[in-house]
Amino acid sequence: MKKIKDLFHFFFQSTKGLILLGITSISVITAVWGMLSGPMVEWGVRDFVVNLLGMDLESVERSGRIIMLYHVIAMIVVSIEVYMITSIVPMRRHQRANINNTITVGWITTTIFGLAFGYFGHNYFYHGLFLVGQSLIFFAGILLTAALYPWRKHFLVENKEYAHTKNGYDLERMAFFVMALSMLISAGFGAVTGSFWSNGHETFLAEDLIRNPDKTALQKAVIGHLHIMLTLVAVAITLIVGRWMDFKGKLHKVAMPTMMFGTLVISGGVWSVVWTHMAHTFIYVGSVFVMFAALLLVIYSWGKLIKDRIAEQGIENPNFGQKFIALFHDPIKFGPFWQMVFMNFTVSGVGIFMAVKLEQIFRVWPAREERITLTGHWHILSAIIATIILMYYIDIAGIKGKVRKWLGWTIIIGSDIAFAAATIFSMKRLFVSEYHQTPIVNWTMLAMDFGLGIILVLVAGVLIWRLVDLFSPDGLWTREVNSPELDLERTAVLTQEGRDAIKKEMEI
Amino acid sequence: MKTLKVVLFLSLVLAISLHAEKPMQYVETGVDPNTWALVPAGEFYFGQHQHVKNIDYDYEIMITDVTNFQYALYLNEALEKGTVYIERDTVWGHHPGDPFDAYLHEWEIPAGDYPHIPILNPGLRLEFKAGEFSPKSGYENHPMVEVSWFGAKAYADFYGYRLPTEMEWEKAARGASTNDYPWGNTVQRNQANFISSHNLFEKMFSDVVKTTPVGFFNGKSYDGYQTIEGITPYGLYDMAGNVYQWTGDDHPRVHYRYMRGGSYQSYEYSLRVWPRNSAGPEYTSMSLGFRCARAPETTEPAPTNSDISK
Repeated sequence: MKKIKDLFHFFFQSTKGLILLGITSISVITAVWGMLSGPMVEWGVRDFVVNLLGMDLESVERSGRIIMLYHVIAMIVVSIEVYMITSIVPMRRHQRANINNTITVGWITTTIFGLAFGYFGHNYFYHGLFLVGQSLIFFAGILLTAALYPWRKHFLVENKEYAHTKNGYDLERMAFFVMALSMLISAGFGAVTGSFWSNGHETFLAEDLIRNPDKTALQKAVIGHLHIMLTLVAVAITLIVGRWMDFKGKLHKVAMPTMMFGTLVISGGVWSVVWTHMAHTFIYVGSVFVMFAALLLVIYSWGKLIKDRIAEQGIENPNFGQKFIALFHDPIKFGPFWQMVFMNFTVSGVGIFMAVKLEQIFRVWPAREERITLTGHWHILSAIIATIILMYYIDIAGIKGKVRKWLGWTIIIGSDIAFAAATIFSMKRLFVSEYHQTPIVNWTMLAMDFGLGIILVLVAGVLIWRLVDLFSPDGLWTREVNSPELDLERTAVLTQEGRDAIKKEMEI
Repeated sequence: MKTLKVVLFLSLVLAISLHAEKPMQYVETGVDPNTWALVPAGEFYFGQHQHVKNIDYDYEIMITDVTNFQYALYLNEALEKGTVYIERDTVWGHHPGDPFDAYLHEWEIPAGDYPHIPILNPGLRLEFKAGEFSPKSGYENHPMVEVSWFGAKAYADFYGYRLPTEMEWEKAARGASTNDYPWGNTVQRNQANFISSHNLFEKMFSDVVKTTPVGFFNGKSYDGYQTIEGITPYGLYDMAGNVYQWTGDDHPRVHYRYMRGGSYQSYEYSLRVWPRNSAGPEYTSMSLGFRCARAPETTEPAPTNSDISK
């Protein structure tokens, strides 16, 4: 009985357990639902899975199903980020508990009933509970935003190495706050449109509308919604890994206001898409600021990795080669920032190229080719975020030594092969004719399947290890129950006055 | 570095040569491409959300895509009459232009001469020898591909036909039903030519050749490969898969031309009756063809190919 209680405590009350639960759920969903499309269809795997699980796949409902699936996975990712934020940003103990409990009930409800409605028959009880789950997540978002409120004396910055205002308010906390608030408003764009479903609004996939000159306000709101939500998920993970690296100093002082400003401009631009043709201009400007802030984080992090490793080795005057090797010493900490750099070749660069050459190249291609490029673009961004979360998890799970290196390099190399192959596949028409494309198509498809497959196998290995660990009386999970929070520096160290004032009620 | 480049180049050449086409063999399907089906006036369900639309006139539509044989005959006649001409290894013809509204991202298509087919494109299944076009051996009854919207429209205009509008196309594909596919709500691998179908032609004639003869999926057995009849309520073949088909509408403010039906490159969801693909009217592809529509009273005979099997 005590073990069950401890396990419950681990999975539903400790940050590490909650993150593990989220990653496990996404992995299982990805593994099962990944068998419903692509080459799995050709190999007959889909039919087997559908029959085995008793799925109900009406062809006409495909768009709706995909939307449910996206929402389910996105909700879990957002929840994982919230668990990380409540652990690394100082807040009241009860606030953390309320936020985590609410969002956990929210994503589990959303997942179960969203997938049930989408794939196992249209029962409006399921759909209602899917909405209840999402509403709980939204409510948790309100609680989080309130908890992150930065203009409180308790959160004044004492250590001046961290970005702060003249009055001492914590700019990193403010960046988290702006991101959370923007996400709430952006969620509203989807929710308002959703409330018109079957009452003037019809299900659609955004990529099917790319060439329609006339889009309704509700369609524009949905297109804006999906873009900004993914962007804000990316902003959130950037802030989180910044804290992971204890981002501070001059670069931090430039990056935080830049990130905040960029987040506000992008969000405002996306929201304005319903009313103005100028939206893209705002989005481009905001993106420059956000990406610049991320660049500063990359520079800081790589510098820190080199510095820490060199200090660990006791080298007093390291040469370039030693520094270079030091950078790659820990792939788990090098990886997230490398992925941010690599993203420029597979996501940002492709996006900018498409925008610049839209009329000369991409609008000349058939819509199907343009659609492949667009969907590839944001699938890669989502997958990059997923790999960063995975590497973060491997670190907080305390995996060390050779296993850590193998896991880290496998994630980096496997995912980058897949992303590069997806980019080449989507851009193939630039350098190969339709008649000669078969080898390129075959090889890039193989590379994508190989890259993603190897990561799925790796994740399965980690999850099996954690599953076995649960049966061990002194397993890792028992230590994580006793040390439930992430072992990281939190955002700006508070003033002594603040610490004293909140000591009784707040865990920092 | 130089060695690496040579190795890479040779690998590419080898990879391409391994995918080279094998000689094509003519396969008789028993379906006559000169047959037209009557689509009666009336309401039907349009689009994914099944909005009720009405076409208040009867029309006829070809039961198959225009074949290479038919298009070759047309080209020879059109060249003789001077409605098209050849320049820079391309067949060209005149288009009176589309109305231009200077809308954001609108593509201006002024009056002028536009390309119909790229003669040297290896995906084209026609040969041009001694001033005459003819279908490549074995491809006579495969759908005409690598033809631009201008080229498709020119064919229709030449015989007094037209390209079907999107609404006409969808009604012809779906009939009065709410089906997702022309024949029902599911598609079998041996019922249409799409990416998962692995049909006889893919097995026999390498990866490059992926079209099937028009009307191939008609319930017949070909050397042990049993097909399921994949026809619409009005008796049309290949309205799902094989090659995309141009439709006739000019969409104001964009001027893309829309294509319907999916192709051998498509997953099954693109074979449903409502998904759209689009491209500029100059676009050509190995997976894109067309069929024609006409008013029922038009009785002008289409080009004959009764000796097609010869």
